[in-house]
Amino acid sequence: MEAVSCQCYQFNLLLVMLFVTADIISTVEFNHSGELLATGDKGGRVVIFQQELESKNQPQCRGEYNVYSTFQSHEPEFDYLKSLEIEEKINKIRWLPQKNAAQFLLSTNDKTIKLWKISERDKRPEGYNLKEEDGRYRDPTTVTTLRVPVFQPMDLMVEASPRRVFANAHTYHINSISVNSDCETYLSADDLRINLWNLEITDRSFNIVDIKPVNMEELTEVITAAEFHPNQCNTFVYSSSKGTIRLCDMRASALCDQHSKLFEEPEDPSNRSFFSEIISSISDVKFSHSGRYMMTRDYLSVKIWDLNMESRPVETYQVHEYLRSKLCSLYENDCIFDKFECCWNGNDSVVMTGSYNNFFRMFDRGYRQDVTLEASRESSKPRSVLKPRKVCTGGKRKKDEISVDSLDFNKKILHTAWHPQDNIIAVATTNNLYIFQDKL
Amino acid sequence: MANMYSKGTKRKFFDSVDAAMDNKAVLYSRQRQSLLDMSLIKLQLCHMLVEPNMCRSVLIANTVRHIQEEMTHDGSWQLVTEAFGGSGPSDHLVATEVLCRSSALEQQGGGPKLYSVMGYDGCREEEVVTDEALCSVTFSDGAPALLGTIDHCWDRAELRMVAVEDRVIKDSGSEVESGEGAKTVMGQVFGTFEIKNGAPGSDPALEELFSAVDASYYDLDTMLTSIQSTPKMGPYNLLDSMASSHGPTSNSSCRTDLSELDHIMEIIVGS
Repeated sequence: MEAVSCQCYQFNLLLVMLFVTADIISTVEFNHSGELLATGDKGGRVVIFQQELESKNQPQCRGEYNVYSTFQSHEPEFDYLKSLEIEEKINKIRWLPQKNAAQFLLSTNDKTIKLWKISERDKRPEGYNLKEEDGRYRDPTTVTTLRVPVFQPMDLMVEASPRRVFANAHTYHINSISVNSDCETYLSADDLRINLWNLEITDRSFNIVDIKPVNMEELTEVITAAEFHPNQCNTFVYSSSKGTIRLCDMRASALCDQHSKLFEEPEDPSNRSFFSEIISSISDVKFSHSGRYMMTRDYLSVKIWDLNMESRPVETYQVHEYLRSKLCSLYENDCIFDKFECCWNGNDSVVMTGSYNNFFRMFDRGYRQDVTLEASRESSKPRSVLKPRKVCTGGKRKKDEISVDSLDFNKKILHTAWHPQDNIIAVATTNNLYIFQDKL
Repeated sequence: MANMYSKGTKRKFFDSVDAAMDNKAVLYSRQRQSLLDMSLIKLQLCHMLVEPNMCRSVLIANTVRHIQEEMTHDGSWQLVTEAFGGSGPSDHLVATEVLCRSSALEQQGGGPKLYSVMGYDGCREEEVVTDEALCSVTFSDGAPALLGTIDHCWDRAELRMVAVEDRVIKDSGSEVESGEGAKTVMGQVFGTFEIKNGAPGSDPALEELFSAVDASYYDLDTMLTSIQSTPKMGPYNLLDSMASSHGPTSNSSCRTDLSELDHIMEIIVGS
């Protein structure tokens, strides 16, 4: 056996950057190359970070992420008919694969999706005949010679402009958007419906899933997340508040109410309680990069499913099992409804998700190891590796352990993202963004 | 958390064999009732101006439904509804009955204005389906009443529970079909008025016309002021008996506006 494969996987993470945002971070997403990292916040703003150029030229030394662009994506609106506010909070951001010099991303609030173009401008035309350099118009009678304007270099300017606005297609709150592998279409999902859009067409969308009952009194289940398959442009999945995942094939029919596959794990009768359904509600679903697996996050665990097996997940990881005895309190303070996200690393060998007390968890699927880390200023000393944390569930508390009752449930990590290739992770606490990278 | 529910149970039997089991049953029943109370309060509490999270509402409503099913199954539900005078059908959720009572009192006291949406007949671009029973409940007045009566009812329930022989109350996990009452309440929770939008990018002139109508039609200031006085009002409120009466007050104020709207619609359709 080689020495490398005997070695246990070490999570050696260093804090690379800490960014304090003005508002609560509501979504975090790397682009396809990992060079850009976008965050959305409760105030409708999008902040994009860019990896430093130096790091790209010297692969041994990964660079920091600096603010690249900031723009106001959504504004608060008022629905006059329902007399309700539409929050400007950005629920999701998804990057489009890059096709030219510009970058494109989709950002959505509860009701409206927008396509933004982010482009760089580092040259400007100078030498107009009819305009002065400051923009004032020259008197044509004073023009005695003609010249051809030329492009001169200027300070880099990053511009974000809205290219498409996809509105008025969702009665309920949008929880997910997902770009198709065909790069032409994308889906948007709200509590009861999923719509399919063409990126070029804003005045029309196709409804592909509708679980709204004829009689709203009979509503017992909602859609919680949806995602397109990374390779198969006809396949998507959506998860529900009852803990099921449905895989749909758009070739089968126009309306995908009939699923092709239904993934559901039978309930463990010994763990049954009035909270069973609530904690089985899936808050996030993500396909692996390979497309062979998908991961779901429910309140207490992360499950990995093989797309070929519907009866039960192939792997289950307990995120914070010690909370099972606290469910009633968590129901009382509404924490039981927190929607944690999850993510895969680049080669699908490690998965990550958040927890309370600013803890986040990483599970190495291959080595069967897991670790709890903390994203806080106190525990993130510069140049020192993050120390694993441990929660004491009962009995004598060891040194450096934290007891369950001391956990701060207001400090929750709902949003995490993993660089598509490298071991660089972005972890969002309430309004701090931490970027950690592997110690080299 | 273990001490959350402890109030001091009263021993009813001196038979040591049954005592432990009954204690457990009583504790369970108390916990279940507490959970039901909590759930109902959560469903009542609505954000003033922002639509509440539907997933959360559905999950809480399902929890209420499970509790109701179990309580119906073991007979304690009947007792609860009787405790409230049994005026309504026995299969209505207790919350409905209690809210009727508290909101009826509120109405007498010149309660907050009802906000209701009338159906737009003849509307081409949009269909507005209203839920019939939107009612505002002043939570601050209602809550003590709710909890007070439920506590009172719990004492009686305890007596009944203890009298039940050899039944160890356990979460049966039965998937009993919820009664009509649950359905009605669920409808009232979720059946808020819904707009089926027509093709997006509808006639801008029409939209402009409707926006003008909207602003005057729903006296926003009045509504907002009434919201301030009843901070928990919202379309997702658990509702009630106001179903049948849209409220004579709201009807009259809407009627003139409705005829105005009809007039406008005639103009549009005519053109």
